[in-house]
Amino acid sequence: MNVLVKGAGVAGLSVADELTSRGARVTVLDPQPGGRAAASWFAGGMLAPYCERESAEQAVVELGLGAADWWEAALPGSVTRNGTLVLAPIRDVRELERFGSRTSEFEWANEDTVATLEPDLAGRFRKGLFFKDEAHLDPRRVLISLAAKLAEAGVAFETDPVRTMTAGFDWTVQCTGYSRKDQTIRGVRGEMLILRTADISLARPVRLVHPRFPIYVVPRADHTFMVGATMIESDSAGPITVRSMMELLNAAYSLHPAFGEAEIVETGVGIRPAYPDNLPRVVREGNTISINGLYRHGFLLAPAMAMLVADVVLKERRATR
Amino acid sequence: MLKLYNTELSSRVLLGTAQYPSPAILMDAIKASGTEIVTVSLRREMAGGKSGDKFWSLIRSLGTHVLPNTAGCHTVKEAVLTAQMARDVFATDWIKLEVIGNHDTLQPDVFALVEAARILSDDGFKVFPYTTDDLIVAGRLLEAGCEVLMPWCAPIGSALGPLNMHALRSLRGNFPDVPMIIDAGLGRPSHAATVMELGFDAILLNTAVAKAGDPVAMAGAFAKAVDAGHEAFHAGMLEPRDVAVPSTPVIGRAVFT
Repeated sequence: MNVLVKGAGVAGLSVADELTSRGARVTVLDPQPGGRAAASWFAGGMLAPYCERESAEQAVVELGLGAADWWEAALPGSVTRNGTLVLAPIRDVRELERFGSRTSEFEWANEDTVATLEPDLAGRFRKGLFFKDEAHLDPRRVLISLAAKLAEAGVAFETDPVRTMTAGFDWTVQCTGYSRKDQTIRGVRGEMLILRTADISLARPVRLVHPRFPIYVVPRADHTFMVGATMIESDSAGPITVRSMMELLNAAYSLHPAFGEAEIVETGVGIRPAYPDNLPRVVREGNTISINGLYRHGFLLAPAMAMLVADVVLKERRATR
Repeated sequence: MLKLYNTELSSRVLLGTAQYPSPAILMDAIKASGTEIVTVSLRREMAGGKSGDKFWSLIRSLGTHVLPNTAGCHTVKEAVLTAQMARDVFATDWIKLEVIGNHDTLQPDVFALVEAARILSDDGFKVFPYTTDDLIVAGRLLEAGCEVLMPWCAPIGSALGPLNMHALRSLRGNFPDVPMIIDAGLGRPSHAATVMELGFDAILLNTAVAKAGDPVAMAGAFAKAVDAGHEAFHAGMLEPRDVAVPSTPVIGRAVFT
C-alpha cells in the first residue's frame, strides 16, 4: 500500500506514523518542511480533553481520551502526565465554579493543594481545579522527533508538489489545514508568546480563567514558557497585536509577577482550521481522504483522526492502538 | 411592531455574536431567539486590518440585520473611526455606539458618548448609544440626534439583572415614545421579563446566551420571557397590595374587620 500524505503538521505526521506502523509505504509532501508553517508549530500541546469540554462538545473529549497514550506509544518519553491546574484570581473565583460546572474529572484544589502541586504559586491562589488525568507535550519537539523517526523508518519527505504526482499512489491523505480556497472552512487566528525566565518554574500547564478566551501557561524546557492563545475570527497571519500581547502578558503576570522579568523570546501567530461546528471532519472522495477542522485541538485529536484514516486505507478496524 | 429608525421588527431580542462555543451554535441560537438584529464587534475580531470574512458570511447567510458596534473604544476619535470603518465593512449606517470609560466595569464614558453620538448623527449615522440609566444623559443623547437608546441595567456580562428599578422606571416614564433597548447586565430570562414588564421595547443579549450550558435552549427561553414581559406590560398588571384579596368570596367570615 503506497500512500501520499499532504501536509507535515500534526495531522499529516500522525497519519504518516499510524500508517507506517501498520506497514504502509508513506510519502509526506509539504512545501515548507520542518513543520514551521503549520498551525501546530504554535500549539500549546496540552492533552486536556476534560478542560476542553468547557467550550468544546463532548465529541472532542471522547476523541481526545486516547491521545496521551497514542503519543507516548509513538514517541516514548514525549508525554508528561501530571495534570492541568485551572486557577482564577480571587476576584474571578466564581468563574471557576462556572468552569467546574461544564467539566468533569477534576478535584477542587485549595491553597495548600496549589502550593503542593506548584510550589512557586504558593500563597497566590486560594482555589483551583485540578484535572489530574490530563497530560501535555512539547509540540515542536514532537513534530521534529516524529519527522526524524519517520525518515528513519523509510518515509520519504518531498517538498516539490509538481514532482510528487499523486498518480503513483494508492491513496492520498490531505492534511493541509486552513485554506482560503475552501469555503466551508474558516481560519481562527491564535496568537502566542514564548517567555524565558529562571525565576519561576511550573510542573504542568496552568490555565487562567478569562472571560473571552482560555489563557494558559505551559512550561517547556530551558526555562521557557508558552503563553497562549487568543481566538480571533480572522485568517490574517500578520504579527501579534498590541491588545493580544497585553492580554497574554497580563495573564502571565497575574499568574506570577516573576514573569515581569522574563524575556519575550518569541511571538507567534497560527491559523487554526475550523468548520462551523468547530469539530473535525474526515471526508473520503474516491481514493482521497481529507482530515481538517482540528481547530485548537490538533495534538488532542490528531491520533484519533490518524487511526480512522489508517482503518479506511488499510480496511482494518482498530478502536485503540 | 418594534420600530427602530424606520425599520420594523417583530422580534424584541437583539443578540450579540461573541463567545459562543462555535459559529454553528451561534447560528442555532440566532434562530432559536427569533432575533432579527445581531450585533457584531468590528475591533475585537480585527487582526492586521482584516476581519474574518467567512465568519461574517455565515452570520449574513441567516438574513438578519447587522448592527456593528464600537466595542473596545475608549475615546471619541476611536469610536468615530471605528463607526466609519464599520459602515464600509458592513454596508450599514446603523452603529451601536460604545465609548468605554473604565476597563474593569466597562462603564460608558457618557460625556464622550454624547460627543461621539453628535458627530456620528451629523454624519448620517443611525446611532444606537450604549448608555447608563441616567436620565439627563438620555436627554442629551436624544438632543445629539439619537432616536433609540440602549441603557444598561447592570454592567456588561455581570448577569446581575436590573439593579436600579427606580432609574429604569424613571427613564421609561420620562421618554415614553423613545424606543429603548436594555443593553447589558441581563443574566436570566426573569431579568428580561422584568425589564419588559417595565415597558422597555427590547433587550440585547450576549454573554447570558453564549456562556449558558445550552446556548440554543437559553436563547429560546429568553425569547419567551421577552414576549411574556412585553405582553404583560400591555395587558395591565396588578399593583402589589399590602392585604390579601381573595379571588373568590370568603363566605361566613367577617373580612372587613
